[in-house]
Amino acid sequence: MAINPKKHEMPAQDPIVRAGNFKEVALGYTAEIAIEEAKRCLNCKNKPCVNGCPVNINIPDFITKIKEGDFEGAYQIIAKDSSLPAVCGRVCPQESQCESKCTLGIKFEPVGIGRLERFVADWHNENSCDVPLTAEANGKKVAIVGSGPAGLTCAGDLAKKGYSVTVFEALHTAGGVLVYGIPEFRLPKDIVKKEVEGLKAIGVDVQTNVVIGKTLTVDELFDMGYEAVFIGSGAGLPKFMRIKGESLKGVYSANEFLTRINLMKAYKPDATTPIQRGKRVAVVGGGNVAMDAARCAKRLGADVTIVYRRTEEELPARREEVEHAKEEGIKFMLLTNPLEIAGDENGWVSGMRCQKMELGEPDASGRRRPVAIEGAFADIDVDCVIMALGTSPNPLIKDTTKGLDTASWGGITVEEETGKTSKEGVYAGGDAVTGAATVILAMGAGKTAAKAIDEYLQNK
Amino acid sequence: MYKIIRKKSLNPTVTQMEIEAPLVAKKALPGQFIILRVNEDGERIPLTVAGYDREEGTVKIIFQVVGATTELLNHKKEGEYIQDFVGPLGTATHTDGIKKVCIVGGGVGCAIAMPVAQEFHRLGAEVTSIIGFRNKDLVILEDEFKACSDNFVMMTDDGSYGRHGNVTIPLKEMLSAGKDFDMIITIGPLVMMKFVTLTAKEFGTPVTVSMNPIMVDGTGMCGGCRLTLNQDGKKVTKFACVDGPDFNGYEVDFDEAISRGRTYFDFERKAHEETCNLFKKA
Repeated sequence: MAINPKKHEMPAQDPIVRAGNFKEVALGYTAEIAIEEAKRCLNCKNKPCVNGCPVNINIPDFITKIKEGDFEGAYQIIAKDSSLPAVCGRVCPQESQCESKCTLGIKFEPVGIGRLERFVADWHNENSCDVPLTAEANGKKVAIVGSGPAGLTCAGDLAKKGYSVTVFEALHTAGGVLVYGIPEFRLPKDIVKKEVEGLKAIGVDVQTNVVIGKTLTVDELFDMGYEAVFIGSGAGLPKFMRIKGESLKGVYSANEFLTRINLMKAYKPDATTPIQRGKRVAVVGGGNVAMDAARCAKRLGADVTIVYRRTEEELPARREEVEHAKEEGIKFMLLTNPLEIAGDENGWVSGMRCQKMELGEPDASGRRRPVAIEGAFADIDVDCVIMALGTSPNPLIKDTTKGLDTASWGGITVEEETGKTSKEGVYAGGDAVTGAATVILAMGAGKTAAKAIDEYLQNK
Repeated sequence: MYKIIRKKSLNPTVTQMEIEAPLVAKKALPGQFIILRVNEDGERIPLTVAGYDREEGTVKIIFQVVGATTELLNHKKEGEYIQDFVGPLGTATHTDGIKKVCIVGGGVGCAIAMPVAQEFHRLGAEVTSIIGFRNKDLVILEDEFKACSDNFVMMTDDGSYGRHGNVTIPLKEMLSAGKDFDMIITIGPLVMMKFVTLTAKEFGTPVTVSMNPIMVDGTGMCGGCRLTLNQDGKKVTKFACVDGPDFNGYEVDFDEAISRGRTYFDFERKAHEETCNLFKKA
């Protein structure tokens, strides 16, 4: 039988309908589609996809189980290496990881590994009521700072090895960026909740409302009997452009805009947390966070434009996110860089003046540097501006932990192979180390650190 | 969940609560703040710490009923619980090297100024307190201030109690008479803090202001609490939640802070009305 050259399409909500709601965009494969897609896997000998996965999931094996219709079996294979499969199946950039290495991808479209992973995880969450196995307690306590993807992964791996694990979360809900950052329509919060409940079921203790660096310090965690600490505190303070008008009412950081919507549910009509519902919104930046903010603003009823200083080719966001944004009617103003935000007499945003750019010589990142075209400006009529320019590390832990080395830009310095910091017994990973990156890289770092912490405590 | 151990009404719109939160009570210092949510799905609001009992494990908060969330909080009874209570956040008020201090509090801001005055008194500094209210009915914490102050002045806007006028009047008199404060610390409405700063500036006396901007997380993530400082002719963005809430009054762009503080004014007024109506129906 000839191989289908294309991936089976992901069933999705119609773009016009979904641009008006916060329900999940991608609906997921049915069992029939999943089996058909699984059949596209060549089951090749050298399994390049496994190396493309930051947590090295045994991809061909779980796909084989799907072919056989043994979905729970497939889940068990994924679960050996990933603590959050329903999350990764949705938000991993598979196109630049596992799927980019797929042998089938040389001639045709690669196997839809991410879509299959999501199918398996969702199937498990709906159909399996197995009580998870809990490891025999080894009597050692480990503290995890932050309940985002790095922290949850590290916590899960250590709990499975018998450690008594406590996760400390600053906010009132566990999940980190998975709950405050990534919107409901890309990652339903019930899924995150389920993953967290799963960890609790294997004995992980989650303490919300504890800010490490304020409520407790890292040193105090050791005094309390924790023998190792993993810091996965995530990204920090939002960056701004330092242009005129950034303090006007109607200018948000993407962090604030997304937190109000995702964590505080400001999009719901009966929400207690307010948000400005702009009519014409400009989102400055071209990463995944910019796409998330733009698509949220669209769902609140705005006419949305993404303003980015390079071309579409350099957009750092995932291709799929850019396509989704375009389908939903979000406009792109490329080669455009804000110069100044104008305000009205009451201090509200009334417009934005931009510089038109062109691409010059490649810079240190290898991308062609945007250069201003002299005298070429663009004025945009907007009443809300969202700055999605990345973050700089949060100083709370660095400032209160003696002996913890950080890089000049503020990120925690670690040994890459282990996540070990300069301070005895303290490990770190995720955005707190790398600066803004992806969920799966943070999970990979959590996993690496869990392994290193286990070795450290076994030999202690 | 965090238990309300004691509740007391200080005036018709200002309430004091002591909340069981041992970890926060252990660490809290004057000038720091907490963030709370009254119930599930509630909004996060910052409130400056008004006191703490480390042994009992309680933290004192004093709030004025101004919006939907404070209205809900005010309907909670002693022995009931609030959903979330996190802190202590922000940096504590600097006390090092200050031997003569003037505390200028306005309205419910006096609730936050009080523990600062008490701390200086405990440290042996000479404390002058000037506190102001709109009228006699709104006066709070008079005895507490008197107990920790070497000099005490009460002002009301309408003259119904203490001296008539605003807090800058006695401050200016004292400074004109040559009173040399090492530091003036002012906590209250933005407009008041702006004018206290302008008064102090005439005499070159340093001023610390306690900012209370809009916040979501309070831990250095959202950036909603940003304010602009003018430092050596340069505009610098700071975040009140991690860099503050105390700032050098000379540097703060008050007009911008006043404008930003009104971002959700309409929303809040409507939400407060709706909440009040709910309680009226019930």
